[in-house]
Amino acid sequence: MSSKLTTSNRAGWAFAAPGIALIAVFIILPFFFAFALSLTNQRLISPNPTQFVGMQNYRDMLSVSVLRLAPDRDDAGQIQRDAAGAPVYPRIRDITRSPDFPQYRGMREWFRFHMGETAHVVIARDVVFMKALVNTLTFVLVVAPVQGGLALILALLVNQKLRGITLFRAIYFMPVVVSIVVVSLLWRFIYSPDGGLLNNLLSALTFGAFQPVNWLGNPDTALPAIMGMSIWQAVGFHMVIWLSGLQTISPTLYEAAEIEGASKWQTFRYVTWPGLRHTAVLVLIVITMQAFALFAQIDVMTRGGPLDSTQTLVFQAVERGYGKQDISGGATISVVLFLMVLAISLLQRWLTRERA
Amino acid sequence: MKLKRLAACSLAAQSLALSAAFAQTPLSMWYHGAGNEVESVIINQIVADFNASQSDWVVSLESFPQGAYNDSVVAAALAGNLPDILDVDGPVMPNWAWAGYMQPLPLDEAVIADFLPGTKGYWDGQLYSIGLWDAAVALVTRQSTLDALDLRTPTLDEPWSGEEFMAALDAAKAAGEWEYAFDPGLAWTGEWFPYAFSPFLQSFGGDIVDRSSYQSADGVLNGDEAIAFGEWWQSLFTGGYAPGTSQDPAARDNGFVEGRYAFSWNGNWAALNALNTFDDTLFLPAPDFGHGPKIGAASWQFGVSGTSQHPDGAAAFIEFALQDEYLAAFSDGIGLIPATASAAEMTEHYAEGGAMAVFFDLSEAQGLVRPVSPGYVVQALVFEKALADIANGADVADTLDAAVDEIDADIARNGGYGH
Repeated sequence: MSSKLTTSNRAGWAFAAPGIALIAVFIILPFFFAFALSLTNQRLISPNPTQFVGMQNYRDMLSVSVLRLAPDRDDAGQIQRDAAGAPVYPRIRDITRSPDFPQYRGMREWFRFHMGETAHVVIARDVVFMKALVNTLTFVLVVAPVQGGLALILALLVNQKLRGITLFRAIYFMPVVVSIVVVSLLWRFIYSPDGGLLNNLLSALTFGAFQPVNWLGNPDTALPAIMGMSIWQAVGFHMVIWLSGLQTISPTLYEAAEIEGASKWQTFRYVTWPGLRHTAVLVLIVITMQAFALFAQIDVMTRGGPLDSTQTLVFQAVERGYGKQDISGGATISVVLFLMVLAISLLQRWLTRERA
Repeated sequence: MKLKRLAACSLAAQSLALSAAFAQTPLSMWYHGAGNEVESVIINQIVADFNASQSDWVVSLESFPQGAYNDSVVAAALAGNLPDILDVDGPVMPNWAWAGYMQPLPLDEAVIADFLPGTKGYWDGQLYSIGLWDAAVALVTRQSTLDALDLRTPTLDEPWSGEEFMAALDAAKAAGEWEYAFDPGLAWTGEWFPYAFSPFLQSFGGDIVDRSSYQSADGVLNGDEAIAFGEWWQSLFTGGYAPGTSQDPAARDNGFVEGRYAFSWNGNWAALNALNTFDDTLFLPAPDFGHGPKIGAASWQFGVSGTSQHPDGAAAFIEFALQDEYLAAFSDGIGLIPATASAAEMTEHYAEGGAMAVFFDLSEAQGLVRPVSPGYVVQALVFEKALADIANGADVADTLDAAVDEIDADIARNGGYGH
């Protein structure tokens, strides 16, 4: 293998050289820059000299502790309860801001769970980063299968020989060619709580029974709303990739399947799907990477709010690096994101490998 | 008439530039007002007049859209391409001065003795920037609203107290004629939050950062006064008095004139719109929540870039631009508050008895600049997020604590920002 790559293959290397050079200059080199910056306190604007701080940025971002809290008790030793009958626990700020616990200084509650009477409170030094991490992973876990699956269904639909089918292909592909910023602005109007298209539509379909929802203003619906819009926007792109895969499958295979009396499902399961194997790997990896890079929709539609329900890693990297002039903080997020995407891509490659 | 004069001036400038091209030193200038036609006409007029008035310097102007201006300056500074003359938003100036993007402005103090305090940008004891105008915020409502709700008209000497203000909102809410009693304008993200709402916090007795040392926000942004402010702020939204963070920007711009809001917290730049719609529009002073009524001060200002080789030429241009005539032109053109009382007399709206003269008095009496610190740029973003979160129902004390921790960590990482 290696001999084949290195010997008598000058033309191949010559063709690859421009691509390799561009990737090296704009992807690989910046990554090493980012890694170096994440070990310093580099600022966007500052007269102060840059200092090497080691792993401090990573510690500030990733530190997590668990506090076990017993409920407050009154003088008689009874558990104090609030009006609803739930036990009352000490306030976290009394611990994190107390001089008795300097190790918890600057940390904040991320979430809590109860085991018996004891409350386990997970506190993090950078709650916003943690929320961004969870939101980004949720986004990827939902968008990758749904968008990939929907794109496949659309591709199967537009892969028929019908009159005017190109029109449908064009319509499904249209959102992809419109700038994502424009699409995000339009969907802000669609999701608007006063007189937005979606609320009006749902209200009309249910004959007024539907109560208007503030889609982007409610922490429970904001991220799903952005997921829905993102899936709609990019589904056409992946439809085209699936379509190209579908058209590489030889028609003779379908003819053979028909002669054998295969049902529609059997044809899909044993002819179409095996033929789409490489396309599936590509689509999955591309969607995963695009989903991890979620930024423009957030920047235009919610800016991370309400209550951090739509914070994402890339949005935070930009917000810190340019908004808060903290280049090292933004670089640290970028490095963590890169390592995550790399790990997941390698895992996907391994899971979808050719089993000999 | 105006156009004619402009044409004559630019012709004069051109012929002068041709005849004296070799003797004049070129000065470059950046301005944030691209896209606003009226503003462009005025600033171009000043540049043309200046170039025609003397033979040492020739200023060339480049305008940027406001949204991209700060990024452009930072990028240019990193690349070493700054112009000679910059304009800068007042609260951002200390950040640029500290970073070396700006140098002290060599201007005779006597020239600006009569200027409103909010227009003068001092950092480290030196003048770095000076504004041709200031901006002010007022509680906008109508006389008919006050009459219908049977409310006392607050004055500069006797503004509403916090209780009176909330009683007014209660009355407006109970009347049921408006969608919301009060519109603070949360649709305007960004600098609007600290500019418009941090004065409320200061009136409660808190602040964004401790101004005695600028080294910490602990105790001022999460002390008892700040928590009282936060509880009040949250009650505006949980109590249904005000539209929250998902307010439609169009509703913000037109909600008051469409009669959807009884009271609106808005700036002088929006005053003309309200005045043109309602004859009985009132601009009331900020309520006093215990530590005096406060509104934000300082708008865009002019200064000299750190890399300019000709600070004397830049200062000559800035001094030329500070003439009352131009202050009045900006005020008439885009509704800004002229920086001097004598210029105010020359304007349509700010002259004695003018419809917006009250803003001049408000600016003079209640104006308080935002924290004068290079760290303000970060603190403003932290403050904005804290207020948005509280409005959306986050725990007040925890949110303010988190804001304090972030501000303190940022100050520590920057070696105290040179205070």
